[in-house]
Amino acid sequence: MIMAASPVSGVPLMEGALVEGRWPDWFVASRKRGWEDFQKLPLPLAKDEKWRFSNVKALALDGFRYPGAVSNAATLVERSTGLGESAARFVFGNNRLLSTTAPAADLVKAGLVVMTLEEAAAKHADLVQKHFMAQEAKLGSAKFAALHRSGPVAGVFIRVPKDLVVGKPIEIFHWVEGENSAVFPHTLVVCERHSKATVVDCFRSSDDARAFACGVNDLVVEDGAKLDYVAVQQWSPTTNAFHLNSTTVGRDATCLGMQVNLGGKFVRNENYSRMVAEGARSDMLSVNIASDEQMIDQRTFQDHAKPNATSDLLYQNALTGKGRTVFSGVIRVEPGAHKTDAYQKVRNIVLSDDAEANSMPGLEIEADDVRCTHGATTAQIDDREIFYLEARGIRPEAARQLLVMGFFNTVLDRLPDEKLRGHIEGLVEKRLHAALLA
Amino acid sequence: MSDAQTQLEIDREKGNFRYDVDYEFDAGTGLTEKTIDYICDVKGEPDWIREFRKDALRKFLDKPMPTHWASHDLENIVFDNIRYYLSQGQKPKRTWDEVPDEVKKTFDRLGIPEQERKFLAGVEAQFDSEAAYSNIKEAVGKQGVIFVGSTEGLKEHPEIFRKWFGKVIPTGDNKFSALNSATFSGGSFIYVPPGVKVSHPLQAYFRINAENFGQFERTLIIADEGSEVTYMEGCTAPKFDTATLHSAVVELVALKGAKIQYITVQNWSNNVFNLVTKRGLAMEDAEVKWIDCNIGSRLTMKYPGVVMKGRRARGEVISIALAGDGQHQDTGAKMIHAADETTSNIVSKSISVGTGRATYRGLVNVPRHLKGCKNNTECDALLINTNSRTDTYPAITVRGTGNACQHEASVSQVSEEQIFYMQQRGLTEGQAMSLSVNGFVNDLVRQFPMEYSVELKRLIDLEMEGSVG
Repeated sequence: MIMAASPVSGVPLMEGALVEGRWPDWFVASRKRGWEDFQKLPLPLAKDEKWRFSNVKALALDGFRYPGAVSNAATLVERSTGLGESAARFVFGNNRLLSTTAPAADLVKAGLVVMTLEEAAAKHADLVQKHFMAQEAKLGSAKFAALHRSGPVAGVFIRVPKDLVVGKPIEIFHWVEGENSAVFPHTLVVCERHSKATVVDCFRSSDDARAFACGVNDLVVEDGAKLDYVAVQQWSPTTNAFHLNSTTVGRDATCLGMQVNLGGKFVRNENYSRMVAEGARSDMLSVNIASDEQMIDQRTFQDHAKPNATSDLLYQNALTGKGRTVFSGVIRVEPGAHKTDAYQKVRNIVLSDDAEANSMPGLEIEADDVRCTHGATTAQIDDREIFYLEARGIRPEAARQLLVMGFFNTVLDRLPDEKLRGHIEGLVEKRLHAALLA
Repeated sequence: MSDAQTQLEIDREKGNFRYDVDYEFDAGTGLTEKTIDYICDVKGEPDWIREFRKDALRKFLDKPMPTHWASHDLENIVFDNIRYYLSQGQKPKRTWDEVPDEVKKTFDRLGIPEQERKFLAGVEAQFDSEAAYSNIKEAVGKQGVIFVGSTEGLKEHPEIFRKWFGKVIPTGDNKFSALNSATFSGGSFIYVPPGVKVSHPLQAYFRINAENFGQFERTLIIADEGSEVTYMEGCTAPKFDTATLHSAVVELVALKGAKIQYITVQNWSNNVFNLVTKRGLAMEDAEVKWIDCNIGSRLTMKYPGVVMKGRRARGEVISIALAGDGQHQDTGAKMIHAADETTSNIVSKSISVGTGRATYRGLVNVPRHLKGCKNNTECDALLINTNSRTDTYPAITVRGTGNACQHEASVSQVSEEQIFYMQQRGLTEGQAMSLSVNGFVNDLVRQFPMEYSVELKRLIDLEMEGSVG
């Protein structure tokens, strides 16, 4: 049992979690180690290079606790609407499973597995044990990764068997409710050889309360497989959120990962993508809106371990109010990874005088015969473009929105699933509208 | 060219010789308050400098090594083994005839007096801790231009010197600026009066001759309103088995409408730790341009900066780095926009050969409520061999609307097709590689004064052995 108290304020962060769930022994042992590591590891300091330009003051965990059950599960399930059509849908509230829509019988028969991580830890112990947080959190949040490991993770395990194509997206909703509630969403996807799937994580708050989210996902894309993964983050504007993502891409496999940040107060994303065989391709995409006093802090790593692989990163931020963004990315080409083709670009559009965009695109190249480029741009909307639209009878506010949406569409257009793209576009547009009015 | 056994040979041998010299003044090894007192006594410095140095020593000792971001090779510097002050006499000579023979021989062999006759407005030649020679052409002196060593500057022109000394780069800016502030000796003090345009470059030449030595020159250049000056520095040292330390602080002040161009060709031997802080202050309509070429040293850490303090000020850094076997060129630029309509430009090109590592580190900062600021940054890296390494770490902060920043970087190699094409036309593989590399840096090399660009091309003239696998 994990009995230690939270080191920050004496409030046991995990207490309520201890009695819940039926996890196998190996998982309980891993949680214990996670808790020990969490206590051992120091909180990051401002001078830490991996936290440069960030706000380490936002990391205090005082007061957060493991929450009770949500008050009205039925309403939340009802509000968990996204695409309309999905291959499977799981809804969690305050770390508890609220509802499931199992995949169609033919998919199950073909071997598709979509179940809670808890169930999978028993039924697919080998796969879960092999892939669950297998990639060390190297981009600065080791302490929070340890907290997640120690915590009562709530999430889904997805195994797409060899050669199976899942046409519709698998949707997962995580809700948080109540002041100081802490949630630990986890999504583990294994796409076996030549399979294909789309997975969407939706993070939402049921109220305006200040909450804490510490999510992790592990995406394993085996040889020749293709996975599209989207995380749409809509936590309340007072919530502090971590989302640590680790992607492993095999031979001739493709993973497209997209982070859409529309909510939260302090948001930290760490996206680690590793090309482990030739022909691997990773598309890393992100659309972010930072308004009011929001901070969106993103660290990325494109790790080319083997030759002839491709990675392509495009992160775009729109900033208003006192919004702040940090982008820090590294393309790393390991010795021997020749013929690497890696690209990294961050584009910021600053819409107010108090907003601040920080860009740190980085390259670490230890092999020759590679093509690696990066770019960072920061600018604002050109007045002439607004004027042009105004001259055609479009009001300036609408013109601004149109232009920023056009800016975002260069990222959103990369999503192959049209319905999903339309859905996310709608969410981005709505959020942008509110941000521009504020 | 993954299996290439190619070797690039660069002329790093030019400065690899030394003559024995008897030093009259030697502060011994290690750095304590006593070392500082010794330096102050020998140089006959006023009390405020003594205090300044001692305060800097405390800051140096307090500050940790910046290894949380910088190379761990810094940990190999043993400060206790270094000699902090070595000289023969204090007064730099005004003619080469007065310079002691063994020192003169050194500079003759490096071609300094010849260059002076040909195209320079003034020369200062520093040998270990002090300048052996310092002279300015009569015509330039008559215009009111001051070009002396830092010791002379602070003694004879305190009214100008003190006003700016340590103001652009505060003592505690970093561990090595503190070290320099504690132990500085040599370097140049230049003042260009309002409206004076110095037609030919002023040059300083820095030579390290002694083993286990630390050279800490301190340069302060003030270009008064509407004036223009170009300053060039070159540096060499013989190759020793032990580490040599070079840690300079260079402060530039360009007052309203002034232009300063600062050119460095660094060719230290590859046992030298070259840890240098360089920054310029540009007032209204002023321009500071750093042209920086790093070929030598074991580890260079140098990020020339410009603080654009006045409206429409302009900052520019042009940088070429060549990292050969065992070398790490960690270079870059800092652009601090502190007024409206300021513009900056950074163009950096690096070449990594063998196990060499070239790093670009940059900082661009546009603070709040400024309008019309622009920055452009381009970094290109060329990798020659399979095990060469290059890194790019820029940091760009933009607050508010009305400003534009763009950064682009690329990494590439000399393509086999190019080499093949040139070989088809009768060039050897070595000549072809040399031509390609020179072509890569050509647009930057052209920005150097003619005499230097010829020298640079020769330095980057590469001899190729082996073949493309």
